[in-house]
Formats: sequence, structure tokens, C-alpha cells
Amino acid sequence: MTPPPAGDAPRVTLGELYRGFFSAGARGFGGAMPWARRMLVEERRWLTPQEFTDAFGLCNFLPGPNIVNMSVVVGSRFGGARGAIVAFVGLLTLPFLVVLTLAALYTRYGNLPGIDAVLRGVGAAAGGLVFATGLKMAEGLPRTALAVGFLLLAFVAIGLLRWPLVPVLFTLAPLSVLAAWLRRA
Amino acid sequence: MSPLATIALRFMVLSLVAVGGVQSILPEVHRVAVDVHHWVTDAEFTQMFVIARAAPGPNMLLVTLIGWHVAGLPGAVVATAAVCVPSCTLSFFVSRVWQRFRGAPWRRAVEAGLAPITVGLVLATGWLVARGAPGGWAAYTITAVTAALVLFTRINPVWLFAAAGLLGLLGLV
Repeated sequence: MTPPPAGDAPRVTLGELYRGFFSAGARGFGGAMPWARRMLVEERRWLTPQEFTDAFGLCNFLPGPNIVNMSVVVGSRFGGARGAIVAFVGLLTLPFLVVLTLAALYTRYGNLPGIDAVLRGVGAAAGGLVFATGLKMAEGLPRTALAVGFLLLAFVAIGLLRWPLVPVLFTLAPLSVLAAWLRRA
Repeated sequence: MSPLATIALRFMVLSLVAVGGVQSILPEVHRVAVDVHHWVTDAEFTQMFVIARAAPGPNMLLVTLIGWHVAGLPGAVVATAAVCVPSCTLSFFVSRVWQRFRGAPWRRAVEAGLAPITVGLVLATGWLVARGAPGGWAAYTITAVTAALVLFTRINPVWLFAAAGLLGLLGLV
């Protein structure tokens, strides 16, 4: 799929960027990534599925939480430096306030009654949401043995064997990119 | 050096090496906060980790809590900014350069190469998040039903989270 020319990109105001990333952060129990994809691709259609996967792939290689990087990359694309700051602040506003509130309650009462029980349920659902998001992203991949092979290698190494992320990433990525380059030639 | 300045300096350095997210620097955050500066005890560190996971958003909020513990609200703001701003600044400039090479053959090869790995990582994350849940048939059922409903219906996952949270609260998970 070829990316649309820059002129076709939707116009997004700073206020919309803030609200969009605020909503992704506010719902992001168990991880904000699936909610960011839902917001960017399905709800607001600021990015195509392909653009999301490409931008998220880039963010995985940059230091820092990938979803925080994603807010900066998407924000800067639609609103330059100001857009990057607005999207970043939007993503973190509510989580920041919630975590301090929880910590204050914990300090005061010594425990958070019910929270553990609720989180057991939400944690199970969050795994399902992330998995479904991965399958949706997989739909956009080319149906080649190479793509399927590298997908499985990454899944097995990180998910099943629980190898550390950084060496896996920096071993698989150059090989996969090289393969894609040779295939193209 | 004031505690705020120390927090800022320590976390800014860590920000730039946090490839793979905050998980990859957690051991170093622990060393700095517990062993070197005695900002928090081992037990407090673990509590903060759990509280950070209970809030929505990225799990880097652990760092926010350490800052809050040391220096109140200013500490929370400084710690959060310190761990984000260097890596965000790098992301900003890299994405600008990246944008300039839109359509270049090498960029397309990089994207084509990274995409399957990215998707493999997302699927692995889903697997690990589900495995991190308490286990047992109730939890596996919630995971499977959530995945199926998200894939095959247009239901907003917020409702699925609310229902799953309620099942947990009722002691069914």
C-alpha cells in the first residue's frame, strides 16, 4: 500500500489532538496501545492501519515508552512541535492524576479495597484486547512466508521463550529489513 | 544537589537508554531509587509498581510515584518530565527526518521489515498480559471472549473492561 500524499492527510487541530490522546490514555488500563490504535485508526481515522503499524514500528525502536513516543510522532505530524507537546500532555493528563490519587489513598488507608479484585478481571480482558489488536494489525501484512516467519519468530522469542526484548529486536529487525530490501531488488 | 535536581538528572539519563520502554530500565530505576539514594524502600518500590499498574496509561507512572514520594507534586512532575522529555525529543527529531524520506525505497524496506516484527511483539504482549492475569478458566474465558468480541463485533471495549472488572469485584475471577 502506498502512503497517501501529504495533502490528503486529515486536518487535526491542537484541541482535537489533546482530546484524542486524552481519551486513549484515560481508557488505557493494561496498556494504552490498543486504545491509541482504536482512537487513531477506527474512531478518528487520522491514520490508515498501515500508517499506524509503520509509525508504531518506528516507536518501538526509540527509547522511552512506545505509546508516549507515538503521541509525539503523531502530534508532530499533525501539529508540529506544539502538536507533539499537546498530544503528549493529553495522553498523560488523566493517568498522572489517577496514579497520584491511588497513591494518596493507599498511603492514607494502607490498602485499596476491591482494587486487586477489579484488576484481576480487567487484566484478563486487557490481554484479550491487546491480542485482538495484534490480529487486526496482522490483517494488513503481506501474505508472504517472510512476513509470517518474522512475525512468528518475534512472537515465540518474546511471548513464549520470554527472551529480553532489546537483543531480540536488534537481531530480528536488521534481518527482516535486509530480507525486505533483497526481495524488492 | 537538591533532591529535585538529582531526580531530574538521574531519570533524564535513563530516559535515553529505555529502549523497549520503561520495563527495560526498571532494574536500574530500582538500583537508583532503593540502593543508591534510599528514596524508597524495597517494599515501597513494589507497592508503587502495583499502584502504577492499577492506573490507566503507560507503566512509566512508577517513576511519577517515586518523584511524588521524594518531593510531593513538584517531584512527581519533575520525575515524569525527566523520564519522558529526552526520549520524546529524540522521537520528535527522528520522526521529522523519517517523514522527509517518505517514499524512499530504503524507508519502504525498513517499514516492510519492521511491520511483521511489530505485530509479533503486539501479539506477544497480549499473550504476556493474559498470562500475567491470575489464570484459571474464568480469566482465560474473559480473555478469549474479549478478543473475539473486539475482532468480530463493533462493541466498545470499554464495556468489556467494565464487565470484566465487575466479575473480578464479585470474586468470580
